Amino acid sequence: MTHPKTSQPGTGANRSYEAVWRIESARVIAALARRTGDVGLAEDLAHDAFVSALEQWPVSGVPRNPGAWLVTVGKRRWFDMLRRKGTLDGKQADLIRQAEVCQGFAGTDFDEVEEEVADDRLRLIFTACHPVLSREARVALTLRLVAGLTTEEIARAYLVREPTVAQRVVRAKRSLSEARVPFELPPDNQLEERLDAVLEVVYLVFNEGYAATVGEQWARPELCHEALRLGRIIAALLPDEPEVHGLVALMELQASRLRARVGPGGEPVLLADQDRSRWDPLLVSRGLVALARASELAALPGSGRGLGPYGLQAAIAACHAQAATLAATDWARICALYEALGQVAPSPVVELNRAVALSMAYGPEAGLEVVDSLVPDPLLAGYYLLPSVRGDLLAKLGRFEEARADLERAASLTRNEREQQLLLDRAASLP
Amino acid sequence: MRFMMFIYPKLEGATGGAVDEAWMPPAEAVAAMTRYNDELTKAGVLLSLDGLHSPNEAVRVQFPSGKAPVVTDGPFTEAKEMVGGYWLIDVKSQEEAIEWAKRCPIGEGAAEIEVRQVFEMSEFPPELQAAAGYSGK
Repeated sequence: MTHPKTSQPGTGANRSYEAVWRIESARVIAALARRTGDVGLAEDLAHDAFVSALEQWPVSGVPRNPGAWLVTVGKRRWFDMLRRKGTLDGKQADLIRQAEVCQGFAGTDFDEVEEEVADDRLRLIFTACHPVLSREARVALTLRLVAGLTTEEIARAYLVREPTVAQRVVRAKRSLSEARVPFELPPDNQLEERLDAVLEVVYLVFNEGYAATVGEQWARPELCHEALRLGRIIAALLPDEPEVHGLVALMELQASRLRARVGPGGEPVLLADQDRSRWDPLLVSRGLVALARASELAALPGSGRGLGPYGLQAAIAACHAQAATLAATDWARICALYEALGQVAPSPVVELNRAVALSMAYGPEAGLEVVDSLVPDPLLAGYYLLPSVRGDLLAKLGRFEEARADLERAASLTRNEREQQLLLDRAASLP
Repeated sequence: MRFMMFIYPKLEGATGGAVDEAWMPPAEAVAAMTRYNDELTKAGVLLSLDGLHSPNEAVRVQFPSGKAPVVTDGPFTEAKEMVGGYWLIDVKSQEEAIEWAKRCPIGEGAAEIEVRQVFEMSEFPPELQAAAGYSGK
């Protein structure tokens, strides 16, 4: 099936059709997936419908309910396909007859109002993040099906070639269909685990935007924005899940610093050196509200869970957001939150962060002790932030020779050019 | 990109109490608007929204030259178009903001929506950023 050329820049009409697609696509795909039971097929049908729209709307005008129009056209394509294949089963034949009778009564083709079935969009999200898929495939499929990005946009955001993304999407759709993944919400006893997989995808997208692992740019805000939007969507669809609000809080708070953490030359500005007046107050307050919601839900009797990993990280981010200066930060509380985080989600990276907080609260020796205990950890071998943090602490203790060696080692370990430069500059500035 | 959508209820010919009456929408209009706000939330684009009190309660503060500020209480008879409320949304393009505005459930001729982009500090020239206290870091 063809993929619409939706990105010819310039023409105003095209851009407004693209906006319609961005608003409607997830719902259209979800509605078609509910009927066909196949997300991959549903996406192809939706795109075909959109190609028809690009041909017809310039003449007929945009219909009053463009989403319903797209679903109706997509559904007809499907019926045509089934007829051509000659593989109609009794149920499908009934469906087609019914639809045709309805059309006959309604007089015109597009009077049918598509009532959205509750949770359709949630089904779509859970399917795109299904555990039969690799992480990469989940990310690509979520951006494409739920966020409504084109393969070209995804490729640009991830600095990979467009055919690579297209292939990833095709393979992911095939895997879903081969594994006969049903278009359903996960059963209650799997909800938590499946939700974790969804949130992981969202946070992967956010982090790739927040701290780009490759390329010459230090941050790619457009990916942060997509992740935030996805998080807000999931929070609206699953309003009672504390970790969803925890993740949204974390992303809002981190995103509030986006414009302060890149200097005029595109160089990274670390938290300690950021101009806090540039933090976005609207995102800070949205983050604090989401965190309060997460805490409230986690404290409900029967929840018994307390804040999860995202909620705890958001609580740490909130400590920074609420401190007028670096010195005024409640580092002791941050140490305690990292300790709690280490218990629900043990990881040497969390330990490394706790070490930084300890050094801020109780002096560089306290931090260095923990960092040194992490040096032999095989999980951190090759992780540039370990020598970067160690180098910093050593420098604060006046052990400049060792500090320089660690900072240079850190620079050799990162693939981000901006970050590399920052580390080398710090090494060179030591006495 | 952030956009403000301002709503201007049509008050042609209405004065005094009629304005207040027109200002408080009927229950079905409120229900429709709530569904719309829900849609904005579920699309992940809504940042904030508010509705404003009747323009009859408006107060204007003017700054005549060489004098102290002058405060005038409403209602203002000459005012046909007064902001009734706003939505602040986060979208990818002006076209997307316009598409959302078009979806607002407004009865025939009952109101107008104005779509305005919000300035980002980075759009200001460097001297204005400096004047706003941005260190350029």
